[in-house]
Amino acid sequence: MTDDAYRPVVAVVVFPGSNDDRDALRALDLLGADAQAVWHDASHLPRETAAVVLPGGFSFGDYLRCGALARFSPVMRAVQTFASEGGLVLGICNGFQILTEAGLLPGALRPNASLSFVCRDVALRVERTDTPFTSRCSPDGHLTIPVKHGEGCWFADEELATAGQLVLRYAEGANPNGSIGDVAGVLNEQGNVFGLMPHPEHAVDPLLGSTDGALILGSLVDAARLSVAAAV
Amino acid sequence: MLVRPKPGILDPQGQAVSTSLRHLGFDVSETRVGRVIDVELRTDDVATARAELERMCEQLLANPLIESYEIALERDATA
Repeated sequence: MTDDAYRPVVAVVVFPGSNDDRDALRALDLLGADAQAVWHDASHLPRETAAVVLPGGFSFGDYLRCGALARFSPVMRAVQTFASEGGLVLGICNGFQILTEAGLLPGALRPNASLSFVCRDVALRVERTDTPFTSRCSPDGHLTIPVKHGEGCWFADEELATAGQLVLRYAEGANPNGSIGDVAGVLNEQGNVFGLMPHPEHAVDPLLGSTDGALILGSLVDAARLSVAAAV
Repeated sequence: MLVRPKPGILDPQGQAVSTSLRHLGFDVSETRVGRVIDVELRTDDVATARAELERMCEQLLANPLIESYEIALERDATA
């Protein structure tokens, strides 16, 4: 049950307006997970869920504030419980916005400083490889992963997040949105919830350019598999 | 309810509006863009209404980390 062939269940939550759920499901499947789509009004996560992914998109039309309404979807109660028990949760783009609105991650995501929607590959710097989301990255890690967002400008008061939580930053001069400290991805204090603006699920197939996204999602699948092994 | 970005929070929308207003010839030093949310309540008790509206702002309508809010109450005389 602990070998590499075991496919841990990774739940991908689908909100009304999510649009990267299928890419996430396909990428996780390619990387060895049993990826299962879960509609937002589910009251429970699938049996044996070992990790949860909140995908990108425009949940609830981005009305009010990005992620502000999705946070109240019924399934989020299950996600909150799962996270509080140490379960692995990854939020990508809109998923990251939902996690900050839900209070599972520090800070908030504001409109890009340029006011423009940005859609392109960006260079990233991995600050830590001792997390369940970056373990496959090399220690001096540089990644190239696409972003596509209008509201990715992460902001937080200094006391809200320690430097150790700022796991992923845009490379010097590559910040696409004006985020404080060039932050691209943030880990919670306990180390089991991670959100990032770039889209690793769009960077797993050489046909589309970079495959660096597989390092992030592959790390998650590894950690999910280990968490199942530890629970046996 | 009037919800707007807190002072010190980057407001790129406000900056863009400032630029356009200056192009029109107005002597504008700063613009902040927020949103107005009109809510009708059935209660006619002012204290109850204010308490409910405050909870709405805290729980959903404003993000207290980045936004401040103000509440103004009006009684509907026709009701």
